[in-house]
Amino acid sequence: MPFFPRPRHTIMFLEQLGEVGILVGRTLRNIFRRRWERGMLIQQLEEIGVRSLPVVLLTAAFGGLVFGLQTYIGFHRYIGPGSEVYTGPIISLGLSKELIPLLVAVMVSGRVGSAMAAQIGTMKITEQIDALFSLGADPVRYLVAPRTVASVVMVPCLTMVGDLMGMVAGYFYIVIAMGVNRHVYLQNTMLYLELWDVATGLIKAAVFGAVIAIIGCWQGLKTRGGAEGVGRATTRTVVISSITILILNFFLSKALPASLGLK
Amino acid sequence: MIKIVGLHKSFGSTPVLRGVDLEVRRGETMVVIGQSGSGKSVLIKHLIGLLKPDRGEIYVDGIEISRLRGDALQKVTRKFGMLFQGAALFDSLTVGQNVRFGLERYTSYTSDEMDRIVADCLAKVGLRGVERLMPHELSGGMKKRVGLARAIAYSPDIMLYDEPSTGIDPIRADAINDLINVMKTELRVTSVVITHDMVSSYKVADRIAMLYDGRIIEIGTPREIQNSGNPVVQQFIRGEAEGPIKIF
Ligand SMILES: Nc1ncnc2c1ncn2[C@@H]1O[C@H](COP(=O)(O)OP(=O)(O)OP(=O)(O)O)[C@@H](O)[C@H]1O
Ligand SMILES: [Mg+2]
Repeated sequence: MPFFPRPRHTIMFLEQLGEVGILVGRTLRNIFRRRWERGMLIQQLEEIGVRSLPVVLLTAAFGGLVFGLQTYIGFHRYIGPGSEVYTGPIISLGLSKELIPLLVAVMVSGRVGSAMAAQIGTMKITEQIDALFSLGADPVRYLVAPRTVASVVMVPCLTMVGDLMGMVAGYFYIVIAMGVNRHVYLQNTMLYLELWDVATGLIKAAVFGAVIAIIGCWQGLKTRGGAEGVGRATTRTVVISSITILILNFFLSKALPASLGLK
Repeated sequence: MIKIVGLHKSFGSTPVLRGVDLEVRRGETMVVIGQSGSGKSVLIKHLIGLLKPDRGEIYVDGIEISRLRGDALQKVTRKFGMLFQGAALFDSLTVGQNVRFGLERYTSYTSDEMDRIVADCLAKVGLRGVERLMPHELSGGMKKRVGLARAIAYSPDIMLYDEPSTGIDPIRADAINDLINVMKTELRVTSVVITHDMVSSYKVADRIAMLYDGRIIEIGTPREIQNSGNPVVQQFIRGEAEGPIKIF
């Protein structure tokens, strides 16, 4: 029975969960109690935010287009010709609540999370982490805390930009490419899209940001065994954080109220 | 000053240190010799809290440090300057920023004073005008010397040198031996030097300790070590392939 979790694997899994838990605890302590490494934070904000922008814009644009395309087909086929003007709220809701936060998080984890693992992993195997410690810079405070803060701030920002881009792309497909009435499309979107829909997407994005940074740093810090080890750490980071994000996404969507009735 | 009592350390099921006892007196230079892989780097990393012992105690100025954490531990690391075996320069920072790193965290000099100390320390290791270079632009020996400048910059009380002369040409290596001696005589720095270079051991050591099979098997002045009756020590200091130490 190859897929039955054996006790050894369960113990390993719990051990790793414990490691992550300890790292989260130490990171939180450093974020809330100690002086911040401001230079590192600014550098990371730029690295995660500014440099990820092109990728996010591109994926959001095509995410919006394809979501527009399928929603159009769905309405046209099941509700009937003419109903396509009502696709607006569905597209905006699907994009801002699910598709864009997920796309952005997975892209950022591939671009930034893996880079964190590679950079910290290289520092680990060349004793630079030890050197940091010996020179009075706690590695968690110097490396992990700024990356986590930057990621928690920047992933929602990127998601917000992505939401906008995705909705514009959806509008472009439905209204400009398929010739649906612009007025009714926009009116419907405004009428049914709640601020809370966008907000839940951003809340999830903040959680995903934390996941990306913590897993990247965790894998980096536990890197062993030369260049090969660094390669393994980067691959694992992308796999673990993408899976974690996808699983967490479902539970967060379930846990967050669907509507607050706010406009 | 430093006292190690019954230090045990294993990695997985491989024991590396099996009851190391060692005392380093204030102001002396203790050289630790031993084969490659005998655990010298592991030993030195325990002194500064980078590794935690499985068993045993480490006292620095009378404080048992192996169970300290956080700020209490950083107060201890402030006393130490460590030269890593592979230099361990921060590759995203310039040479100047590397040497400044400890100054910024451990001292309250102004920025101008720090610039001067950085240039000073680089000059001491025979480097000038390299502040703006990145570590990857340096040769291996230059990196090692920058690592040394970084470690001495904030005037630590205790210096730990992990193979200071490895990878450096013989003339520069001797200059580093001189620097170690100057630090002792002028700044009263206590030093632990790891090396397998016997020439430099004799030149800098007040006492030499040999690590073998996870323990300190012999300790004494360079003369006492040279006259040691222990065949293992004799084989090592003469660098002979034949003897009680089996290498294959
Ligand atoms: N973090 C670690 N994890 C697992 N094993 C380790 C670790 N650090 C050291 N070891 C093992 O401990 C032993 C001693 O290593 P150490 O680096 O102290 O040797 P050394 O005496 O400094 O050798 P050299 O003169 O070659 O530097 C080696 O067998 C090494 O494989
Ligand atoms: Mg070593």
